[in-house]
Amino acid sequence: MTVKIKEWPGTALSSRDIEEGRVLTVRHKLKAEYAWDAGVAIGRYLRELKNGRLVARRCGGCDRILLPPRMFCEQCFVPTDEWVYVEDTGTVNTFSICYVRWDVARLKEPLLPAVINVDGASPGMGILHLLGEVRPEDVHIGMRVRAVWKSPGEREGAITDIKYWKPVQGG
Amino acid sequence: MPERVAIVGVGHSDIRSITPGLSCKEMMYEAAARAYEDAGVNPRKDVDSFICVSEDFWEGTSIYDEYVPDQLGGALRPVHTVTGDGIHALACAAMLIRTGMARVVVVEGHSKHSDMRTPAHIHNFAYDPIYHRPLEAHPHHLAGLEMNRFLHVTGNTREQCGLVVKKNLANALLNPRAVYGARVSLEDVLGAPPAFTPLGELDIARPADGGFVMVVAGERAIAGLAGEPVWITGYGWCTDTPALDSRQWGEAAYARLAAQQAYRMAGITDPFRELDFAEVDDSFSYKELEHLEALRICRPGEAGSWLEEGVTLPSGDFPVNVSGGSLGVGHLLEATGLHRVYEVVLQLRGQAGGNQLPDVARGLAQSWRNLPTTTGCVVILERA
Amino acid sequence: MAKVAVVGAGMTKFVRRAQETGRELSWQAAKMALDSAGLTLKDVDAVVIGSAPDAFDGVHMKGEYLADGSGAWRKPCIRNFVGGATGVFAPIQGWYHIASGQFDTVLVVCEEKMSSCHPHPQGAFITIFDHTTERPLGPNLLWIFALEMNRYMTVHGITKEEIALVAVKNKKNALDHPCAQLGEELTVEDVLNSEVLAWPVNRLDVSPASDGAAAVVMCAEHVAKRVSDKPVWVEGVGWHLDTAYWTNRDLYYPRYVEYAARMAYEMAGIKEPRKEIHIVEPYDPFDYKELHHLEGLLLCERGGAARLTADGVTQRDGDLPVCPSGGLLGVGNPIAAAGLMKVCELFWQLRGEAGKRQVPGTPRRGLAQAWGDLMQVGTVIILGR
Repeated sequence: MTVKIKEWPGTALSSRDIEEGRVLTVRHKLKAEYAWDAGVAIGRYLRELKNGRLVARRCGGCDRILLPPRMFCEQCFVPTDEWVYVEDTGTVNTFSICYVRWDVARLKEPLLPAVINVDGASPGMGILHLLGEVRPEDVHIGMRVRAVWKSPGEREGAITDIKYWKPVQGG
Repeated sequence: MPERVAIVGVGHSDIRSITPGLSCKEMMYEAAARAYEDAGVNPRKDVDSFICVSEDFWEGTSIYDEYVPDQLGGALRPVHTVTGDGIHALACAAMLIRTGMARVVVVEGHSKHSDMRTPAHIHNFAYDPIYHRPLEAHPHHLAGLEMNRFLHVTGNTREQCGLVVKKNLANALLNPRAVYGARVSLEDVLGAPPAFTPLGELDIARPADGGFVMVVAGERAIAGLAGEPVWITGYGWCTDTPALDSRQWGEAAYARLAAQQAYRMAGITDPFRELDFAEVDDSFSYKELEHLEALRICRPGEAGSWLEEGVTLPSGDFPVNVSGGSLGVGHLLEATGLHRVYEVVLQLRGQAGGNQLPDVARGLAQSWRNLPTTTGCVVILERA
Repeated sequence: MAKVAVVGAGMTKFVRRAQETGRELSWQAAKMALDSAGLTLKDVDAVVIGSAPDAFDGVHMKGEYLADGSGAWRKPCIRNFVGGATGVFAPIQGWYHIASGQFDTVLVVCEEKMSSCHPHPQGAFITIFDHTTERPLGPNLLWIFALEMNRYMTVHGITKEEIALVAVKNKKNALDHPCAQLGEELTVEDVLNSEVLAWPVNRLDVSPASDGAAAVVMCAEHVAKRVSDKPVWVEGVGWHLDTAYWTNRDLYYPRYVEYAARMAYEMAGIKEPRKEIHIVEPYDPFDYKELHHLEGLLLCERGGAARLTADGVTQRDGDLPVCPSGGLLGVGNPIAAAGLMKVCELFWQLRGEAGKRQVPGTPRRGLAQAWGDLMQVGTVIILGR
């Protein structure tokens, strides 16, 4: 059947079709604003970030220390049992050197997003964050890093209270 | 014969106008834990598949289905999302079981309406981007237009719509799940500030937060479970048209066609006689009347006078929205249909407390996906 | 289990920006699928719609908006949504509509009009990350792929050169696809020398943003035998969604794809997938993803897919043709429509109607797979003659 089709539907437009007004468009800017309730687990996580600490939850079922914290264990499907402070050091699980913004505009300085496995949480419990104070070519998987916090006065109870993670000497 | 399918466990999180203490995930966990307790199942072992309902813009997250598995016990399990009403998902669960692929399926729906700061703008984003949205009218204007046409075509009256509000808010006073129970007079409703005339402010269901989880099982699996089964004997769903220019104003064709499918499955030919009660969509007061007529529970033009005669009161021959409906309980976005199913299940189990109807064996729950849609679902539920 | 067949398929061209609206694209694909089966809307009992985030088309409750274009007027219509995996889940949902005995004939339509999202379709992806713990970091979609690709390369010692071969192969295959957006002859050097977006991802490692639609008609055995002399049967379906805590998982291996594949293999009675599957259309929004998914599908050992590619096994005339359509990298990636395009491709290949793309040796069985969410969901369908 596919071999018999002469003309496939769908009409491609070029940028010029739009710019020169050969086709018309309707523009709409959505005013969508949300204020998500952080809840019990992430609410405490944010408060502790303001205090300059990372907090996790321990599940009594599997004995894992879960980060980001959650009030239920997704493996055991039971409520988690206690708050556990974890370290603000960790190991780079994976990273990227990102030269573009979300709209694919070029960045002057690349960003260094990474998944960081945090010390004190169970193996493999990573969080998404950024690396800093490091040359992109020096970053490697397995690199040891430490959180660089904003000053107490600047912290507002957000994941960005950690500015980035930097290499630990000899890491 | 296809396998018989039943709801064997139900659970919900506390329904509130706002829920600042809980994240959406935590709310869903609460509903799920209660439903699993009710059914006597361990989701990590006993559940074959999970189906959630959500829409990205209600949540403020693109690809929201990412965030559903953990709090349902569904991580690394067959989970999928339907962007529809909870009864859509219930029908999908029944179909999955009837393929023979699954024995126990979990269905989830929730509303975290209070997370939205600009709900009218977000709702307006559902309107046709080219023809309709540029008018920048409040999304509820469409209900005003439809109500006007409905009253004109059927001869139901503005006052009768007001009586729907009076009835449902009063019913809600006896329902511990209801947020907006109140004793109001017809004068209160008619005298409320006009919103989208003929629609007044009290004719519009107000939003609430809450989550529902249901455990659905096929006959083969039921013997091993704790929950008391409520059989799903018919279901149907239908979409009329998104286009304003081609829809039939004044008649809820989607509800009529969805009911046709459900009645055929359940073997119902005279819904008024063969059903004992119904929970039907009342997102706007007139919708209860419009839906009753579309469901063929009464004849066109008859719903309003029925209410005046008391037929749809809890004490009447055909109680409608004994729970308080969306007007009384609060509108729960895509969980609205599951809430109605929940109320029917409690009635059939004899667990509806102060709202309990005597001697009910078969009930109907119907949902509508609210403006601007012409999509609705119907499910027929029966006591064992 | 009741047998379900695919009896018709259709798709639009995949283009960077289509003149048609989403509803019109849906209609075009749906009409073609019905025509190819010799059926009309009157024959359709229910409609299944697949479409990825509403943010692309810029319409909330997009399934409702697309309903009439998809042929759902006054019919039972359901839209499923499992992120990027939607395009392969839609026919799975069509399958369960029919295999349950509920319906005889179902029209499955997938659409995406990404060009509506301004200033760039990628903007729709910012909001896929956790609103509290991730979005404030300013992530973009490329991050998560780059993080996964790096992990995959590092764990197995795979090079960018080896991965680039996938882009070269698929874009070349797409030259033979009449709907393709990006068919071209490239070299590995072209891929490696293209602009670095988010190391290790270069521009030519990535599929484009596209507009397009695809559709299939599915029906029960008794209808299939009446309306089609060459029905293609659904032999297996599977899907799995892993935890949303993606940073808690080792991204080097797509466990959820393996679980989905095992579910489908079990249903199809397949014991040795490498021998029993003859064509594969794995999800390839990025070139490394094809390799990643071949491993998850148990079609080679972990870390072995690069070797398979280098040896030419996955070429159209190889022992295991992979993405003979040209894939997302070559044909284009209007998300949900791209997934269903793969199912259309299997339909045409298994019927021997793929023209210049036809793989030799009259293949008997094919597998299509899609992936989605936060490196999280796999959907698999197996079709056979």
